[in-house]
Amino acid sequence: MNRYLYYPGCSLRGTGKAYEESLLAVFKALDVELEELDDWNCCGATAYMSIDEISSFALAGRNLALAEKKNLDLVAPCSACFLVLNKAQRYIKEYPKVAETLEHGFKAAGLEYKGTVKVRHPLDVLINDVGMEKIKARIKTPLTGLKVAPYYGCQIVRPYATFDQMYYPVTMDKLLRAVGAEVVDYPLKTRCCGGSQKGTLPEVGLSLIHILLKEARRREAQIVSTICPLCQFNLDAFQEEAGKKYGEISMPVVYFTQLLGLAFGFSAKELGLERNIVAAKATLAKFAPIVAKGQIQSSAPS
Amino acid sequence: MAVKSLIKYEVERDPAFALWVTGVIGGERIRNCIQCGLCSASCPLSPYMDFTPRRLIHMAREGFKRDVLGSFTIWLCTSCYSCTVECPRRIRVTDVMYALKRRAIEDGVYPRRFPIPVLASEFGAMIRSKGRVTETWLVMRVFLKTAILRLLGMSRLGTKLFLTGRMGLKPETIRGRKQLQTMLDAVEAHKKEMAA
Repeated sequence: MNRYLYYPGCSLRGTGKAYEESLLAVFKALDVELEELDDWNCCGATAYMSIDEISSFALAGRNLALAEKKNLDLVAPCSACFLVLNKAQRYIKEYPKVAETLEHGFKAAGLEYKGTVKVRHPLDVLINDVGMEKIKARIKTPLTGLKVAPYYGCQIVRPYATFDQMYYPVTMDKLLRAVGAEVVDYPLKTRCCGGSQKGTLPEVGLSLIHILLKEARRREAQIVSTICPLCQFNLDAFQEEAGKKYGEISMPVVYFTQLLGLAFGFSAKELGLERNIVAAKATLAKFAPIVAKGQIQSSAPS
Repeated sequence: MAVKSLIKYEVERDPAFALWVTGVIGGERIRNCIQCGLCSASCPLSPYMDFTPRRLIHMAREGFKRDVLGSFTIWLCTSCYSCTVECPRRIRVTDVMYALKRRAIEDGVYPRRFPIPVLASEFGAMIRSKGRVTETWLVMRVFLKTAILRLLGMSRLGTKLFLTGRMGLKPETIRGRKQLQTMLDAVEAHKKEMAA
């Protein structure tokens, strides 16, 4: 059995709850054990970097120091967390002034960091550690005929492509194909969703969101598969608003872990599919086990 | 109609600023920029910018401080790192944008009610006091400080998020708040020491 430390990050406890629910279900079904990093703090995301750079590395650093004590790889599903933890790790090594300042912080707080933690993404773990054979062996309902646009967003392969190609990543494509889905060619797969621009400059954010959805539709996708809580939120929660401004679109946006989970036989509820704003149910009805009210859900692989 | 000079003059340069930008993390190689424009071409926000990244980089390294810090460009950057990976001279453009944002906040030259710097500072304050961010409260605080009316306009989406269980009201926090604050204070103190 593979064992990892798990760094959920703030979004997976809020708007991205369904990501956590489906990720945990899928990993469990594949015998991957996740141990939550005890007392983790916010990674600082992109916002903290705009206030104080070295302190933002310190925020990430505390998590890395806590993780190092456990001597396990650290799995970070949220793209911002994944990037920030990796970036802090690199800049501590590349810039002596960062390392030196952090040293003072760590010392005062009774922490120590040698720089040995490996920050991993669930896609990396699934492809390279679990392996395709094991994933294929768990399939109960292949997603035959489902046309998916694989949307990676920006911060997974940029600026560091640690486990996939920088310009045209394919790990999610491979996983979705392995569970039977038809993956459409989606050239915008690493284009930015606008991040928090929707909240701060709505017309700009909505335009970026709409461009992505429109392209998915042009490519005849029925659904968009994401790996980032902010991408999912932007494309899902603001789809109606973007549609009103730039032309109506109806395109469910789900996490790749939800699609894998469906193929493994989990119910829509277990995978958090009911948390979608743009309902994914109709598109996925064929694949979702129907569970009557009050009935014990027995669909999950034991 | 206001008349203004469209040509930049030597006297408008601030050499100290030009020097400063070569010293920020990611800006080490800024003088190697060949003005090829791959940063601007790959930037999804370019269409909305007053100065595209290529122009901003050039203006920054030449020391046109007021234009650069007052530019809308730095607040439009979403840090998607397209420019950074495209740059053939390995300038970390995204990091430079971050540095310019910080400098603009430090120097107090940003639009007061503009939500992006407010978001950044509210975010920072929440992490410092709680250790984690509760999205619901963060968004509320930012809107209260910048655009109360828009908050009302979002009540429909808010209701949906609440009903789907995606809007947590319980503030998330960590046990090691003291440890976190001690660490941040020590980092701050060391930074001041180095600057002095």
